[in-house]
Amino acid sequence: MSSDISNSGHNPEGGPAKPKAPPQNKPKFWNDPKKRSLLFQVLLLSALGFVFYSIIDNTLTNLEQRGITTGFDFLTEEAGFGIAMSLIDYTEASSYGMTFIVGLMNTILIALMGIFAATILGFLLGVARLSDNWLISKASTIYIETFRNIPLLLQIFFWYYAVLRTLPHPRQSMEFFGTFLNNRGFIVPAPVAEDGFGVVVFGFFAALIGSWLISRWSKKRQELTGQQFPVFWASLGLIVGIPLVLFMLSGMPLGLDHPELKGFNFKGGITVIPELIALWFALSIYTAAFIAETVRAGILAVSHGQTEAATALGMSKAKTLRLIVIPQALRVVIPPLTSQYLNLTKNSSLATAIGYPDLVNVFAGTTLNQTGQAIEVIAMTMAVYLTLSLLTSTFMNWYNSRIQLTER
Amino acid sequence: MSHSQASDKLMVELRDLNKWYGEFHVLKNINLEVKQGEKIVICGPSGSGKSTMIRCINHLEEHQKGDIVVSGIPLNEDIKNIEAIRKEVGMVFQHFNLFPHLTVLENCVLAPIWVKKMPRKEAEAQAMELLERVKIPDQALKYPGQLSGGQQQRVAIARSLCMNPDVMLFDEPTSALDPEMIKEVLDVMIELATEGMTMLCVTHEMGFAKTVADRVIFMDGGQIVEENEPHEFFNNPQHERTQLFLSQILQH
Ligand SMILES: Nc1ncnc2c1ncn2[C@@H]1O[C@H](COP(=O)(O)OP(=O)(O)O)[C@@H](O)[C@H]1O
Ligand SMILES: [Mg+2]
Repeated sequence: MSSDISNSGHNPEGGPAKPKAPPQNKPKFWNDPKKRSLLFQVLLLSALGFVFYSIIDNTLTNLEQRGITTGFDFLTEEAGFGIAMSLIDYTEASSYGMTFIVGLMNTILIALMGIFAATILGFLLGVARLSDNWLISKASTIYIETFRNIPLLLQIFFWYYAVLRTLPHPRQSMEFFGTFLNNRGFIVPAPVAEDGFGVVVFGFFAALIGSWLISRWSKKRQELTGQQFPVFWASLGLIVGIPLVLFMLSGMPLGLDHPELKGFNFKGGITVIPELIALWFALSIYTAAFIAETVRAGILAVSHGQTEAATALGMSKAKTLRLIVIPQALRVVIPPLTSQYLNLTKNSSLATAIGYPDLVNVFAGTTLNQTGQAIEVIAMTMAVYLTLSLLTSTFMNWYNSRIQLTER
Repeated sequence: MSHSQASDKLMVELRDLNKWYGEFHVLKNINLEVKQGEKIVICGPSGSGKSTMIRCINHLEEHQKGDIVVSGIPLNEDIKNIEAIRKEVGMVFQHFNLFPHLTVLENCVLAPIWVKKMPRKEAEAQAMELLERVKIPDQALKYPGQLSGGQQQRVAIARSLCMNPDVMLFDEPTSALDPEMIKEVLDVMIELATEGMTMLCVTHEMGFAKTVADRVIFMDGGQIVEENEPHEFFNNPQHERTQLFLSQILQH
């Protein structure tokens, strides 16, 4: 009954007001809710703008007084400090710009490693927690409840100080099959390609293409004849087997640069620094506990009737999980999974606490301290995290919309 | 009335079946034999154990005592036997339980492809044939969420039939449906019955029971209280509890 509605923000006559009969006692503009809220927003924005302006202006003045010129020229200057780990060639003679690249690559490396391990571990734990097997489900529950509830920084410290730093000195390294574990990290032989190794690489890519063809062929064959083919194992065999056979046939054209103990430390080989290992373990194990919970919630969100219908049709537990439950659970899991990936990436900046040379540690730490270019450095660092986050969300949103579409 | 297309081959045998949920004795000494081609209607008050009984037949529920034999296969701990039985037994649920992320056609071909290892072409051809039989071939490429309840239940029936079962179990297939859709599902079930399918239906559709049932079973408190051919069952119920139940559901 429209006649009962008071005239709050909408014309009771239901149509544009006629010019002849202007609304009587038009409210003063500060009493009109719409205008009022607009006014408040304008005021708030101006206040915010003023605050930011003062902060930046103040900083600029301070920097000027200390003789620091603003701008990005410092990026080409020589850095003059060493970095414990770099994926590209970096020396003390490299520029500050290079410290940015090195830090960025180290951040991306730990984020990718963490996301990879946390996803696999998290899915396994999430499924395990719902297992009928009492021992498996309890073990998973204890894992989740433990690691979810201990602060991440403490876990990083645990892996770093309590586990990795207490390992023996290089001279008393633990040795497994030519690799060494000590308090300086994990040292593995570095592969050195010799003449003819190209054949093996070629074989590897040929095997990749081969397994793709096999998966297509087996799908076709299944559609035509119904026979199923163990595509996974066949592909694995190809991808491992072909390069291996070629490797043997071409006379093992791969030298290994074996690490050797020289004095107090190892020379040669590749050293995975303990900071990376500690951070990777802590981030993966911590985030996996959260991912496990979202996976569990996703699976529980699929109604029991779905499993029952599949069971009644004679489908095995594994096929029911793969074809019925997981595809439906994923639709629920993807959004919270995205935010776990974002959390992991941002949490990787705790690297500073143990000295893993990530972007924050190297660039927003040492470089900022040495150059004093606070605004530029912080802005660049923030821009990196923002970009990484936006890229992750964009990808996950795209993936999400793809699997949502199959619904209807 | 003679509906019987039953042969002498026993399709389902329940002998001294007992089941407990914890302390709760939900099925008490159930004995039932269903011959090939027989249609059994099971009725009884809510909570009397009707669903539990038919869900024991394809081992959706585990029983603790007694024997179940389906199509000559004893249902025991052997997972091979359980799988073999599930291939012979189709089931239709009250809430359809279609797979919402798959099209109607995909719903129908999934089990034939993955369980029976049937070529996709063949599975699809068979599915289309069955969708035709339940009168919705034109909906094959839609998703379950786009169909009415009656259509969904008919798809669920077609999906079960795609596995070529020897026995069909129905657990209140029409009780989640709006009244105007009940008939379209019952019609499909009646057609299935006249084609000679062995059927066990939990339902309170007494018209259906009178038309197709060879026997009507009345359950109460986890027991089979009364069992008779439909004419006798409705006109001359022996037990007080049966009389009470019938007077309640036939009032409207
Ligand atoms: N999973 C379960 N756990 C415990 N009790 C159950 C469970 N399922 C059913 N019951 C109980 O068993 C009895 C029989 O249930 P059901 O077979 O579903 O009855 P009906 O189908 O005849 O309505 C009911 O009292 C119900 O509460
Ligand atoms: Mg029931």
